[in-house]
Amino acid sequence: MALTGLDIFKLTPKKNCKDCGFPTCLAFSMKVAAGAMEIEKCPYMSDEALEKLSEATAPPMKALKVGNGDCEFKLGGETVLFRHEKTFVNRNRFAVMFTDELSDGHIEAKLDNIKKVNYVRIGEDMHVEIAALKYMGDKDKYVNLVKKVKESGVSLAYMLICEDPNVLQEALELVKNENPIVYGVNNENYEAMVNLVKDNKLPLGLKCEGIEELYNLVEKVQGLDYKELVLGTEGPTAKETFKNAVQIRRMALKDQDRKFGYPSVVFANELAKDNKYMEVAMSSLFTLKYGSIIVLEDIDYAKALPLFALRQNVYTDPQRPMRVEPDVYPVNGADENSPVLVTVDFALTYFIVAGEVERSKAPTWLAIPDAGGYSVLTAWAAGKFGAMSIAKFIKESGIADKTKSRKLVLPGLVAVLKGELEDELPDWEIVVGPEEAMHLPKFLKQLSQEEAANA
Amino acid sequence: MAFKMSVQEYKGKINEVEIGKGEKAIKLGGQQTLAFYDFDGDTGNSQKIGIEITDVYPEEWVTGLKEFYGDAAKNPAEWAKFVEEKLNPDFICLRLQGADPNELDKSPEECAEVAKAVVEAIQLPLVIAGTGNHEKDAKVFEKVTAAVEGYNCLFLAATEENYKSVGAAAGLAYGHKVGAESSVDINLAKQLNVLLDQLGVKYEDIVMHIGCSAAGYGFEYLVSTVDRIRLAALAQNDKTLQMPIITPVSFETWGVKETIAEESDAPDWGDREERGITMEVTTATSILSVGADAVIVRHPKSLETMKDFVCQFA
Ligand code: B12
Ligand code: SF4
Repeated sequence: MALTGLDIFKLTPKKNCKDCGFPTCLAFSMKVAAGAMEIEKCPYMSDEALEKLSEATAPPMKALKVGNGDCEFKLGGETVLFRHEKTFVNRNRFAVMFTDELSDGHIEAKLDNIKKVNYVRIGEDMHVEIAALKYMGDKDKYVNLVKKVKESGVSLAYMLICEDPNVLQEALELVKNENPIVYGVNNENYEAMVNLVKDNKLPLGLKCEGIEELYNLVEKVQGLDYKELVLGTEGPTAKETFKNAVQIRRMALKDQDRKFGYPSVVFANELAKDNKYMEVAMSSLFTLKYGSIIVLEDIDYAKALPLFALRQNVYTDPQRPMRVEPDVYPVNGADENSPVLVTVDFALTYFIVAGEVERSKAPTWLAIPDAGGYSVLTAWAAGKFGAMSIAKFIKESGIADKTKSRKLVLPGLVAVLKGELEDELPDWEIVVGPEEAMHLPKFLKQLSQEEAANA
Repeated sequence: MAFKMSVQEYKGKINEVEIGKGEKAIKLGGQQTLAFYDFDGDTGNSQKIGIEITDVYPEEWVTGLKEFYGDAAKNPAEWAKFVEEKLNPDFICLRLQGADPNELDKSPEECAEVAKAVVEAIQLPLVIAGTGNHEKDAKVFEKVTAAVEGYNCLFLAATEENYKSVGAAAGLAYGHKVGAESSVDINLAKQLNVLLDQLGVKYEDIVMHIGCSAAGYGFEYLVSTVDRIRLAALAQNDKTLQMPIITPVSFETWGVKETIAEESDAPDWGDREERGITMEVTTATSILSVGADAVIVRHPKSLETMKDFVCQFA
């Protein structure tokens, strides 16, 4: 909240009537400014003053809802420029670009790719969330494109990119209930564009023709009392686009200028000029620096795996330890013959390991001692994942009663613990597993074959 | 309200550190802004991209890369020359993996010979990385620093455990640059710089290696650590954190599932080499965009992409 006690005082009726429980309006205002009292406690505030206040106390960056149903998500709502200051809130979303110049086959191929790249990483669904539908000049084809993408049944939010309100009107008939973004407001068309979207309160995208022009354009659109906005960042170069993205976010959060307090759109595909690796580079840059929607030319696993992983990391909340509850967990229906795998209670590690064990389909016990919520090596280096603590956990967890197998598998990265663990747990056979969890399926298969051979 | 660009000026400045000799020497750092924020002030020297080579034949590298290098990869000096001629990176990073006690356990003398042959074969600046085994690295670097005296190399790295010997050999005795390696923590980074200073190594001779991981693998800790280090260096003018940062991206990115899974392990994922490049490009771009001044990559395509990328922000 940017308002001082004095600012608020100026908005009170200055009656000092004490109805709010404070001796003076000023005393009351100081409390409100400190966040210790609600402004509604004064019954005499004018509507106008209340509105001013709510505007001033509104979050510096709007959180905007986009899409509908399965494909609904929020953009924006950020409060800090650097994640360590608090946390980033609403992760950026990835879009794939379609235009009316594409052949049917090409459209289908892109849709197929979107369908194909759909997976879970550490408990989070990873897929393209937006179809960016760009108008290149053929109205019929454009409307057909929108229809085709919608009828494909691929679960996506839409961003209609078009500066012609007439074309948009027709396209919108098809998807206006899906809460699409309408992108393409410029100095000439802004009134018509606002008219087009205001009944459905659709998110409206302002095209950037230079940062100062964008600023003035926002002012005009806000002047029409429309505030569901996303802001374009496109500049003639990557450098200029980057400047725009940083300035928009910084002016909103640091300078508290609400004209720029909206999510942004970055066309990484255009910056990349048909170079796939450059597109990945640009998308990475804008994932860290303030892109809310990042538009790609197309999607495949080579692009998605690192980009979605990066986003997932960057949008984890540093104030919240990512831990799982220490315990012994059965995976794939583990029973009295299943071996025991040890790992740590860091959520990232746990999910990776559990995912690989599931993939192996081998019934397995996962033993998770309290390792301080750290990764394998971090916990080991911090003295929280040593032979003593693992042994103690194995003894106290009662796992020895749940399985007759006496194989205890260690993460390959802490192979050094083997000897000491053998001393601590003489009843168990300590097996060093692979360093990378992805090799667990093969490893577990071999382990069960050995077990069978010995039986 | 009229539009007004938001400009952030900082008192602090990142040190300028030179690596290498002659025409091809490079300078890291020198900026007074966050990475690529040229609307705030002087962005200093452009970020530098290096290529990784190893002292032993890289058996486990992707086939495409091994084919590309062919027999050159069997001889580090020839390999380095090949890289210089064909790829022209900003620098080369020679990784002395053969010295690892868990692998070939090569002697410091052998390593010194290899490093000398490499540095003599090229004009480009050389970054020399050890095994990560602190004890062994101390011994190896003692010999290697002497063998490449005069070439102004950067050594990766001095750690809390071995900074005395590495710092003394690289930074004091033989006039090289010292890489100070800490594990993803601003206070540890600072502490190591202070310790090196107390040893007599000048701040201007230090480059920080603040840790590394691949995108998706605890990478957010890296992002936040670099963010905090840079804000301390620039906004608070903290002299103990004003060193440029180097990040050996390729040491991590080629060892995670996304890059080691063969197509047969994950048929949908497509070509492994391509995944290696994208993982490398994402990780390298990300760390550069929060503040690293140099990155080390493995694949020529990653190098090409990153050089082009950096160029676009110059
Ligand atoms: C992020 C990070 C941190 C974060 C913590 C994040 C967390 N919650 O763990 C912070 C910044 C807090 C941190 C702190 C420290 N860290 Co740290 N950290 C890292 C970093 C960059 C990434 C770790 C990560 O998230 N990995 C991803 C997870 C998924 O990996 P993982 O748990 O190992 O799991 C994989 C495998 O082990 C395997 N696996 C896991 N379980 C199992 C089980 C079985 C049965 C099998 C077969 C396989 C398997 O599967 C996973 C995927 O393959 C690493 C460097 C790196 N690149 O790894 C350093 C690193 C682990 N840290 C290190 C150190 C030294 C520390 C500190 C001790 C520093 C200090 N002196 O204070 C502290 C310790 C904590 C403390 N004292 O408070 C060192 C460890 C050195 C060593 N070899 O011992 C590393 C390697 C960095 C380095 N090179 O110096 N760290
Ligand atoms: S109730 Fe309102 S008018 Fe009365 S003293 Fe409190 S702030 Fe002032």
